[in-house]
Amino acid sequence: MSDRHPHHPEHHRPSTYHEKLTAAVLELLAEKNILSPAQITESIAVMDARGPHLGAKVVARAWTDAAFKQRLLADGSAACREMGIDVGTLKLVVVENTEQVHNVIVCTLCSCYPKMLLGIPPAWYKSKAYRSRTAREPRKVLAEFGLDVPGDVTVRVHDSTADMRYLVLPLRPRGTDGWTAAQLEQLVTRDAMIGVARAKEPAAV
Amino acid sequence: MNARFKPGQRVRVREWYPPGHVRTPYYIRGKSGEIERVCGVFDNPERLAYAKADDPKTLYRVRFRQSDVWERAERPNDTIDVEIYEHWLEGT
Amino acid sequence: MTSHPRGIHDLGGLPAGEIDRSEHQNDFWEQRVDALQRALGLLDPPLVRTDELRRAIEGIGAQAYDRMSYYERWITAITEVLMEKGVIAVDELGRKIAEIEAREQA
Repeated sequence: MSDRHPHHPEHHRPSTYHEKLTAAVLELLAEKNILSPAQITESIAVMDARGPHLGAKVVARAWTDAAFKQRLLADGSAACREMGIDVGTLKLVVVENTEQVHNVIVCTLCSCYPKMLLGIPPAWYKSKAYRSRTAREPRKVLAEFGLDVPGDVTVRVHDSTADMRYLVLPLRPRGTDGWTAAQLEQLVTRDAMIGVARAKEPAAV
Repeated sequence: MNARFKPGQRVRVREWYPPGHVRTPYYIRGKSGEIERVCGVFDNPERLAYAKADDPKTLYRVRFRQSDVWERAERPNDTIDVEIYEHWLEGT
Repeated sequence: MTSHPRGIHDLGGLPAGEIDRSEHQNDFWEQRVDALQRALGLLDPPLVRTDELRRAIEGIGAQAYDRMSYYERWITAITEVLMEKGVIAVDELGRKIAEIEAREQA
């Protein structure tokens, strides 16, 4: 775990130019009473508390509670707040995988992602290759991730170009009848909620 | 909300190529699709980019068939949904 | 030219190679950039909006866009917008960076 003191460079090696630039901007903003180090630390903590485990809770609830699932599909952010998850100004649209439809999310223009629910996106999601190819050849991209979508299933790509952020509600794996929400959460991965994977099979946990 | 377009309506993305901060991707300009939903009214990012929060616009999700967007789509009936502001859309 | 060229960030549909799926934790400075971006947007009124940062990133030029990593682009954009607004000046930034370098060498 890295030292969180604002004045210590990472790993005690010389700082890169951009590390120094970052430190300089932060110090100047603090000196000008615009943003304090405490506000930055707080902002880091807010993001640290977010992660796929929160999305997994929402998915598992949707799998076990049909009325909640309808509310989730109608207004994703309101449903998250209902579960006590503070998503701030996130405008979440949840798209449901079915036997006929597989959804995958991309932001071709930058890297928009439901951060207030899932935390920071993986580097590949922000990569030029993912952003370029997923819009045009999603099946090939999914195959690269190890997911082969059958020809009779429709692939829907969602390009988050504006204010909405997207979450895939993966298909509930077979062989999970009678599982509790807590057990089902273990099957829900970040990649399944982006749409580049399916939820885990029971045998995998 | 005075939304000009309704879910299910066919629309075409304008073939504009302006400079500036634009959130309508290059690949979708001039393409035709269907309104999937009306997302609501939001400040125009083209003006927010210059610190002006004075231009509310209706935002839509528009669904396109991949074969209407790319010359060699993997499957014609696969779709791509893109969020597009009203001033970028025209009725067909 | 018959139209304005596509922005350097406007990548949808362009050819590209294999996706590098390796995962790594963000460095501490990257977490701070992320936090800074959010904190600036949450001020009332926002001091720097996400849209302003995107616009700044789109304007850094193809060479910078290709060479810089994700968070390098973000801190560059944040700095630029703060400079545009007169919050930070080039000379005080230069002096502050020199101060930080001197501290590191001490």
